[in-house]
Amino acid sequence: MTDDMGSDLAAVSMRSITKRFGDVFAVDDIDLDIADGEFFALLGPSGCGKTTTLRMIAGLEFPTLGSLKIYGNEVGTLAPNKRPVNTVFQNYALFPHMTVLENVGFGLKMQKVSKAETKTQAMEAIEMVQLQGMEKRRPNQLSGGQQQRVALARALVNRPQVLLLDEPLGALDLKLRQEMQTELKSLQRELGITFVFVTHDQEEAMSMADRIAVMKDGVLNQVASPEEIYERPANRFVADFIGHTNLLEGHVVDRSVVRLGNGSDIPVETDLPAGAKVEVSLRPERAFLHAASSTPDGAWVDGAVKSVTYLGNAYVYQVALDWMEIDVREENRPGLEVFAPGASVRVAFAPDAVSVVTE
Amino acid sequence: MAESGPTVLDRDDNAQDVRAKHAVDDQFEVRAAKAESRRGLLLALPAWLYLMVLFVAPLLIVTVYSFATRTRSGTDLSGWNLDSYRKLGEPIVRDILFRSLTLAVITTVICLVIAYPFSYYLATRPERIRNVMLVFVMIPFWTNFLVRNFAWRVILGNDGPLTTVTEAVGLGEVELLFTPVAVVLGLVYGFLPFMILPLYAAIERMDGRLLEASRDLGATGFESFRQVLLPLTMPGVIAGSILVFVPSLGAYVTPEILGGAKTTLLGSYIVIQFLTARNWPFGAALSFVLMAIMLVATLIYFRKGGKTL
Repeated sequence: MTDDMGSDLAAVSMRSITKRFGDVFAVDDIDLDIADGEFFALLGPSGCGKTTTLRMIAGLEFPTLGSLKIYGNEVGTLAPNKRPVNTVFQNYALFPHMTVLENVGFGLKMQKVSKAETKTQAMEAIEMVQLQGMEKRRPNQLSGGQQQRVALARALVNRPQVLLLDEPLGALDLKLRQEMQTELKSLQRELGITFVFVTHDQEEAMSMADRIAVMKDGVLNQVASPEEIYERPANRFVADFIGHTNLLEGHVVDRSVVRLGNGSDIPVETDLPAGAKVEVSLRPERAFLHAASSTPDGAWVDGAVKSVTYLGNAYVYQVALDWMEIDVREENRPGLEVFAPGASVRVAFAPDAVSVVTE
Repeated sequence: MAESGPTVLDRDDNAQDVRAKHAVDDQFEVRAAKAESRRGLLLALPAWLYLMVLFVAPLLIVTVYSFATRTRSGTDLSGWNLDSYRKLGEPIVRDILFRSLTLAVITTVICLVIAYPFSYYLATRPERIRNVMLVFVMIPFWTNFLVRNFAWRVILGNDGPLTTVTEAVGLGEVELLFTPVAVVLGLVYGFLPFMILPLYAAIERMDGRLLEASRDLGATGFESFRQVLLPLTMPGVIAGSILVFVPSLGAYVTPEILGGAKTTLLGSYIVIQFLTARNWPFGAALSFVLMAIMLVATLIYFRKGGKTL
């Protein structure tokens, strides 16, 4: 492989990557390509194998089986210090006996960069994460957000080809987390470095990533853009894990009709054969409540309001259908008709607002 | 107090009221703090008494003796002077001091070199294996120290297993018994657990991800050890070294059993002064100097270690 293949080459390329701990398959036969310059998220519940996958890219775990390439070079069992990647660790793993400057300069020092040059570059990295004036402090004298920035600078100062981030914002409070999301994203755009990050927070993945890989039990369930994953979830797990949704059981009647559990037919496109058992995913914000007597556009199911939760910007209704309960979220717009508990309602939705999923 | 409403004076009165109320609270706090410190003293009292009666008092007696003149019985106190301390400058005493220091330092270094990798290994095992191995480390303590030293005498002795082995492989007879090597061997054997335990505790406490981070940042295994593991486990190194160095320097039993007449060490020399030479003041002066050396060495070590922490 030569360098002039440039950006056509995947930053990270995995084929049949498998990691077994004893009898447990932490990662089970994964094929995955992460493109050059991409902001990529590995998303899943805890224990799904996302961190193990990241650690294999870093070289902190070696795969049991399979091929792992970074920009075309096989790195499967290469030691971590010989890979063109750096990691921002969960809880940062800053060296407590070193100052901020020494922490950030550590990687350069290991590369035998001269002392003066190390200091210059480390100071630049510290400025990049807006920590100038803090370089003499020890990690325990910094707030969580500042430690996070040091960890980022410490990794980026080495100009890695791929930056790995393990739950980078997990330890921060909500407001700081949202700030850092924006900052991380713009930093990634500026530097053009491939970022791969692990998170269990689907909102974080949605807001930052160009593409998301949803993992469960060591298996990739879907790899796609945030929109694609939200609009067209590959299966029941993805639909349920990403955002909040109502899953209505039913079976396929033909390519454009699904019959729900209570016998009512709704129009929805599907490629599945007639008779297939499916679930229809209806997002709470895609459904609208109407009075029982009205005839709304599109499809509907009938039910009764069980409870209402006022959120300020929205009302969330729990609506009891004949055979199950669903959530409906109405934005608090002027003129919104508010239903009281007990009211009979018609839950309406556009045919293209729902998607069909299977196990 | 007419209809003029609250005046400045009124507000002052109120303030005084408030202050008076607070004064009560303040005193309560003071009393509580005093009670707390009394309770603390009570908890520490047994240890305090023990140390005062059995450590500080004897120490003072030793110090007083070291300034006395040697008498026929060796135990009478009279004629205060510094003769015993002047005697410390004599070549034979200097040799013994130097030899003791050297052997103690060698013992400490060997213990450190053996114990560090082992402690790291121990600290990185699964918990169940760790606990079993810790028990193994402590098993020697279950046998009397004297017996264990005599065991070495048998092992190293003329017809012992060591000679049998060396003769079998054609190295001939190896005479280790009654040499400084035998003493170091015995000291290392005896004090190794005192090095392992604090090192193990220090390494086990360290966040293993820091080593991953250093590898991730391009450090080799050795650089990770030097830059991250060693500095962060320095407290364990210091504690272990002191725990080995101090008893090695004053060791009596091991040098008596395994060392020869030519390798008299400080511990034996002090005993000779008290029991054979009947020179209590000189024995006291030697003890005092031994303690001073230990104290100074410990302080220097702490200082030096403190910088790298």
